[in-house]
Amino acid sequence: MTEPTLFELSSPGRRGVRFPEPDVPKSALPEGFVRKDLPLPELAEVDVVRHFVRLSQKNYAVDYGLYPLGSCTMKYNPKINEDAARLPGFALAHPLQPIDTVQGSLALMYELQELLKEITGMGAVSLQPAAGAHGELTGVLIIRAYHQSRGDTKRTKILIPDSAHGTNPASSAMSGYEVVQLPSDKRGNVDLEALKAACDETVAGLMLTNPNTLGLFEENVLEVTRVVHEAGGLVYGDGANLNALLGIARPGDMGFDILHLNLHKTFSTPHGGGGPGSGPVAVTETLAEFLPGPIVTILEEGSEEVPPLYGFKMPNRSIGRVKAFHGHFGMMVRAYTYILMHGAEGLRKVAEHAVLNANYLLARLRHVYHIPYDRICKHEFVAEGIWDDAPGVHALDIAKRLIDYDFHPPTNYFPLIVREALMIEPTETESKQTLDKFADALIKIAEEAHTQPELLKSAPHHTPVGRLDEVKAAKELVLCCWFPEKESQAA
Amino acid sequence: MFLPHTDSERSEMLKTIGVSSIDELFKDVPEKVRYPALNLPPALTEMEAAAQLQQMAMANETTQDLACFLGAGAYNHYIPAAVDHILRRNEFYTAYTPYQPEVSQGTLQAIFEYQSLMCALTGMEVSNASHYDGATATAEAGIMAYHNFRGKRTRFILSPGVHPQYRQVFRTYMSGYENLEIVGDEANNDPMNYLERLEALIDGNTALVVVQYPDFFGQIHDFAPLAEKVHQAGGLFAVVINPIALGLLKPPGEFGADIVVGDGQPLGIPLSFGGPYLGIFTTRKEYVRRIAGRLVGETVDVQGRRGYVLTLTAREQHIRREKATSNICTNQGLMALAATVYLALVGKEGLRQVAELCYHKAHYAAQRIAEIPGYRVLNTKPFFHEFVVQCPKPVAEINEYLLDYGILGGYDLGQDYPTLSNHMLIAVTEMNSREEIETLVEYLKEFAHD
Ligand SMILES: Cc1ncc(COP(=O)(O)O)c(C=O)c1O
Repeated sequence: MTEPTLFELSSPGRRGVRFPEPDVPKSALPEGFVRKDLPLPELAEVDVVRHFVRLSQKNYAVDYGLYPLGSCTMKYNPKINEDAARLPGFALAHPLQPIDTVQGSLALMYELQELLKEITGMGAVSLQPAAGAHGELTGVLIIRAYHQSRGDTKRTKILIPDSAHGTNPASSAMSGYEVVQLPSDKRGNVDLEALKAACDETVAGLMLTNPNTLGLFEENVLEVTRVVHEAGGLVYGDGANLNALLGIARPGDMGFDILHLNLHKTFSTPHGGGGPGSGPVAVTETLAEFLPGPIVTILEEGSEEVPPLYGFKMPNRSIGRVKAFHGHFGMMVRAYTYILMHGAEGLRKVAEHAVLNANYLLARLRHVYHIPYDRICKHEFVAEGIWDDAPGVHALDIAKRLIDYDFHPPTNYFPLIVREALMIEPTETESKQTLDKFADALIKIAEEAHTQPELLKSAPHHTPVGRLDEVKAAKELVLCCWFPEKESQAA
Repeated sequence: MFLPHTDSERSEMLKTIGVSSIDELFKDVPEKVRYPALNLPPALTEMEAAAQLQQMAMANETTQDLACFLGAGAYNHYIPAAVDHILRRNEFYTAYTPYQPEVSQGTLQAIFEYQSLMCALTGMEVSNASHYDGATATAEAGIMAYHNFRGKRTRFILSPGVHPQYRQVFRTYMSGYENLEIVGDEANNDPMNYLERLEALIDGNTALVVVQYPDFFGQIHDFAPLAEKVHQAGGLFAVVINPIALGLLKPPGEFGADIVVGDGQPLGIPLSFGGPYLGIFTTRKEYVRRIAGRLVGETVDVQGRRGYVLTLTAREQHIRREKATSNICTNQGLMALAATVYLALVGKEGLRQVAELCYHKAHYAAQRIAEIPGYRVLNTKPFFHEFVVQCPKPVAEINEYLLDYGILGGYDLGQDYPTLSNHMLIAVTEMNSREEIETLVEYLKEFAHD
């Protein structure tokens, strides 16, 4: 069923939420500044609630079933996180309140910084970045500030493996760097020879994802970081997907200088249909003075009876602010709750089971789907969604057919170095039964691809809409159901 | 806790994989860094964690306990109950970005409606699906303008009336581009009157002029002449808005804005100590290919039924990589949904009513404060729901005193404007009762006497 838009549901004169009459004398409205028309819909509360409930039912979600989007870590989002973030003491605090009135929030931020330092083995953390890409921009600007502070101005390049997420090159370019792409070797590692050849005095740094987007641990990581350091560069770690490393290995111990983390992946904060996330940046002690700020710190040490006094400080040579206020505090509460409930042992179990689940699926599927880089994987793996003997069937068709089996498809067409990529990340919160059903479905689909390809080409069959005309969308560009011209013509 | 595996399932899985233990799955990790001993507090049960979080939250005093006159970019508004009920729908908050449109029509249509509402509110033609907050949206306006002129225009003019933190973020974002001039907001004796100074700075090298409406001091300016001046010089004009104010005020689309940005927090999003909020970004259709972030477009499916997809994705980093002009990926999806639900609930009449309540209450408060000996209200131009008060003592001292009486005082402007030390920015919304305003006036008066 097509759900009308809010504008189509609108009925002139209908009211939803009302507000009281003013309890103060009215003042004259500012002459010449009052708008003539406010073209918003008019609806009753029940209209609005039903509309959004009906829309919600058109979504697939983690709380409905397996959502194996590679690189996205769609793990279950604990419900206590949601309640914690909504505690009035947190949710109703204004960001600019005097610090002595918000010691609870500041303590939480301080402790989260400390926990993330310990988990990653880094020296300092800023919680300000709003998402992974925002953390990357922050990190690359720190690389820039570091070299500039040393008067080293000839470094103009950032090295990025060809398997990297698209945000890596985009973040480097936004920070004024030229991007040099590094090839991967046959095992899916960074090609060491190519790296060595590229490392000279013009290299500002390397952006490395480990495990990389093939889901593979960078086996030469210690050598890679050493080579970059020897050339005077810094190593940036894209820690968007740290799920396989919790309690297993710390980026700080592997030679990373800067790292961002996606709290909305590894640390279970929900994805919200596209955000909000939170992308804290961790750095070595040497780089701490460049972090964006302000950062939460202890202003006065506490004692046994008195808690410490928390407050803010701006790092000495900070790259500046990257966001208003203090970052996505609501997401910090959720991630903090998650870490508290796991402890060291629990976090290691998360990583172990994320890796167990991915390898189990890989083992069940490798006979049916070609795995171009086939070795023990970490949190995810990448299969080819194409067969030479089933011409015309593509990864996209497999993805759409999975919907018929009641699963969310994996990530398609990324990473770019695998043809017709199907990037599968089950996460640790899925049971063996779910994984088996998913593997069974993929095996069945592989068979269908060879026997009844039209079933795949015409999938999905039971969704609110079928495949959508993306060309039409891009050509006609209907991006809004309200147009100023229409309104002024009517007036 | 969140791991469903039993011992027997685990061993079956290991057998299928062909290894004898989980440890074997980590042999590719160099031994010398493998299995660090993490020094973390012992794991808590849900019950214990809930108690600890509750205790930490209670260490805060918030707008629930205090009469709030603090704004400066984050505002205490009423959030209708239904907003959070919708946000708590698992189908919305536990979904990812709508990459598979057939199973994401709920999110996609909601974003399409959000885009439509933002266009209607700002009087513009295109809205993206959101930025992180008002500050980063403002910075992205700078980047869009930079690329619009292919880096050839290097002057960016920022009004001192733009939120100080937005200007800081703007500078950080632009720091990767060489040889830019970011001017207009230098310290000045009269920071509230800047229109002429901004006009004088506009030249043929100007890429972008950014103003705020109402500005950081609450003032409502007529920006039409400035917009015209910018356009005559061939530059772009960006306006930072407060969406509640647009319930009452002429939208920037009517006075020449090329880009409208702002923070959507006032639209049903809790203060939450500064985030997550919502970055609004709208522009004119001619710039649609320059806009950063995601866009949802209407289309039809194979059977001709209406549906929605992410569109013009070729602009984005997934495909363009280093040639993309922005790196934004995850945005503020759920917060955009909050704003959409809020606007649907309050509607045409309700938003106007909230805006007017803010306006009347703020004006009443300003009048009453202006009557107190020792205090002076600086706003002479029309203002919305914030105004500047010159105080007889340092703002921090006054605020400490007010706090003792349960009042969260205004923002200390001296932090950002050297010539405005002892000046407080007071915000009044529909949440402030007349009684709270009278109490504020009473204690401001008493403090001046002490
Ligand atoms: C490997 C990797 N890096 C970076 C990002 C960007 O993170 P975000 O979407 O939070 O900006 C993602 C997520 O999409 C990712 O998977």
